[in-house]
Amino acid sequence: MDINYSEQDLAFRDEVREFLVEAWTAEHAAEARVPGQFKPVHVAWEKRLHAKGWVAPGWPVEHGGTGWSPTQSYIFETERAAVGAPDVSPFGLKMVGPVICSFGSEEQKKHFLPRIRNNDDWWCQGYSETGAGSDLASLQTKAVRDGDDYIINGAKIWTTYAQHADWMFCLVRTNSECKPQQGISFILIDMTSPGITVRPIYTIDGEHHLNEVIFDDVRVPVENRIGEENKGWTYAKSLLAHERTAIAGVADSKRHLADIKVLASKEVNAGKAMIDDPAFLQRLSDIEIELMALEYTELRVLDSMAKGNGPGTESSLLKLKGTEIQQRLQELRIDLAGYHGAMVQEDLSTAQLGHSFGDAARRGYMFGRAATIYGGSDEVQKNITAKYVLGL
Amino acid sequence: MNFEFSQEQQMLKDSVARFVQDEYGFEARNKIVAKQAGFSQENWNKFAELGWLSIPFSEALGGFGGGPVDIMMVMEEFGKGLVAEPFVATVLMFGGLLDRGNDDELKEELIAKIIEGQLQGAVAFAEPQSRFELADIATTAVANGSGFILNGRKSLVLNAMSADKLIVSARVTGEQFDEDGIGLFILDASTAGVERTSLRLMDGQVVATIDFDNAQAQAICEVGDGLALLKAMSETVMMAQSAEAVGIMQKLNATTIEYVKTRKQFGVAIGSFQALQHRMVDMFAACEQAKSMVYRAVCIAEDGRPDLEVTKNIAALKVKAGQSGRLIGSEAMQLHGGMGMTDELDVGHFAKRLMMLNMSFGDMDYHQQKFIEMSKSA
Repeated sequence: MDINYSEQDLAFRDEVREFLVEAWTAEHAAEARVPGQFKPVHVAWEKRLHAKGWVAPGWPVEHGGTGWSPTQSYIFETERAAVGAPDVSPFGLKMVGPVICSFGSEEQKKHFLPRIRNNDDWWCQGYSETGAGSDLASLQTKAVRDGDDYIINGAKIWTTYAQHADWMFCLVRTNSECKPQQGISFILIDMTSPGITVRPIYTIDGEHHLNEVIFDDVRVPVENRIGEENKGWTYAKSLLAHERTAIAGVADSKRHLADIKVLASKEVNAGKAMIDDPAFLQRLSDIEIELMALEYTELRVLDSMAKGNGPGTESSLLKLKGTEIQQRLQELRIDLAGYHGAMVQEDLSTAQLGHSFGDAARRGYMFGRAATIYGGSDEVQKNITAKYVLGL
Repeated sequence: MNFEFSQEQQMLKDSVARFVQDEYGFEARNKIVAKQAGFSQENWNKFAELGWLSIPFSEALGGFGGGPVDIMMVMEEFGKGLVAEPFVATVLMFGGLLDRGNDDELKEELIAKIIEGQLQGAVAFAEPQSRFELADIATTAVANGSGFILNGRKSLVLNAMSADKLIVSARVTGEQFDEDGIGLFILDASTAGVERTSLRLMDGQVVATIDFDNAQAQAICEVGDGLALLKAMSETVMMAQSAEAVGIMQKLNATTIEYVKTRKQFGVAIGSFQALQHRMVDMFAACEQAKSMVYRAVCIAEDGRPDLEVTKNIAALKVKAGQSGRLIGSEAMQLHGGMGMTDELDVGHFAKRLMMLNMSFGDMDYHQQKFIEMSKSA
């Protein structure tokens, strides 16, 4: 057991800090705060990461990964979040990218991986359906062979940022005559294909993040299938483990906690700063301690991955605790905003805080409710942990 | 000991419940909230016809002479429909302050108009820096002939854009947090020197920030009584809004139970899973506990117990309603899965209203501190 940084680690940390001075400036941060700017902000940021060679740290080195040690990954994440720079958009870089690296054909690797690293394509995830949420394996969107093509019919739901997407990685049913898990294939769909309709779903924060995607006789070349037909469930599960590890968001929660402390020293009730309010401090410290523990749980998982394991079922624990902490922080932030947390538009009356956070706190709190639903709900994570970790 | 409602109270409850059922389906409600005013004038006229706007006022003023229990009846049913008409802002807040003030002539004239549905009012008490402290007042009032001149800024004033008249808390003497030296002043919303900037809250309510620049107003109480009147009014509103919260909780629990009975995953209704059943039992228990706390507070208030006991019970009510509301709001969304996140479904809207009600006149943390202070001595 050794938790100290080596000389090389310290040098790496300096390099990361130096990079971030240019790559994430106050102007970049201001652009990112404008609602609806998710895609342009991410594309520009990821191109800067790519220029430095750091856009896909988790990938194998031969496909453009960095080969970082767990400590280096931890240092990068901590420094990135500390300056408020976003995590990369997950769909290409953290989800389908690793799947193509592991299970894609040589042609697929050659075609897609450089495009993902360079952000030439924006990806979305076609997993959930109206009847297949927690029970994902019961999905019904059908792919039927016709010569060198599949013909796809059905509909996906909750598809995040499908309105921006060039490509979708999608789970489709290629066999209905067997156990549900054994008849699923994993295919890549060009979103410009004829027969695709994207319909918006507005969420309770008032924004358009989610969509319904409908397939009406959509032709997809068989060569766009990943791996073998009917083996898609295996690939999908490997992706879900990556997704869940990414959702934990420990470094970002540390940043949010630090932000809340600054806001709480400015927000005043009856002449007393909220940072001196015992009830507030009790809640804040409860979360801080839980986060301190989770930081080390994550480090243990990273260490285990570096030794050639997972990410496996322990990613469920990371997601459960990570999203719980995110939601508790969002709750604390909206409580801190008081009445201002109810306002739907930016307003002058929050000027006494130096900057307005009421509107952002409301958006964060409302959309943050989804974190315990997407990527496999809390209930599914607990089932997975009970079954595969506890052996129940 | 008797928790049964009188026949009259039961009839009132039934008539509000019928209105909500017939007129306040979720689609109809969305259309009402989308109006510029954020509510329906037609419904307001109906409230007047049915006598609901007269409930808290004495018979001498043409009212129904009702107390906290009668208000609870109405508000619990309003909660189930997310009723957007400004009953709280005009009747309980504006009317409530006027009624507690000392200008009998004005009271008689304006309360008659409120009861007829002819007058909308708003109370401007919060300020940009005040958070939940009613005494944190930087707005000033300076005597000028028979009236006062107001200067300052008030935030998040409910119903301000539709209001014909405003009641404003302002400081006549003393420093920013002093409990003494606070007066309450009334003026037309159209008075020179009053500027209203409209915004919406997350539950769809239209509110305003109001700037007062040498606006002429008149006092409705003795200078120095202002804070006591505000506190008394806020207690009526906190009881009323907690009853509204309980109505919402009942609705959310019923909706969630219905959903898990019909939503199928893994080949069965998800309501058959014990893990979910136990959580819904917790939601049920949270709702019943909040309802009991509402009953307790309104009974003690109606019984005319000493102020400290009433205030302490209302602080406890705010804590319980806040905790139960947060649990039920987030669990209802979670158990609805992705559907619970959508703007299209009513669940998220009920949850947002519960968040608003928690904040109103101080959130659960604020009131827990008040409760702790009061519990030290009693």
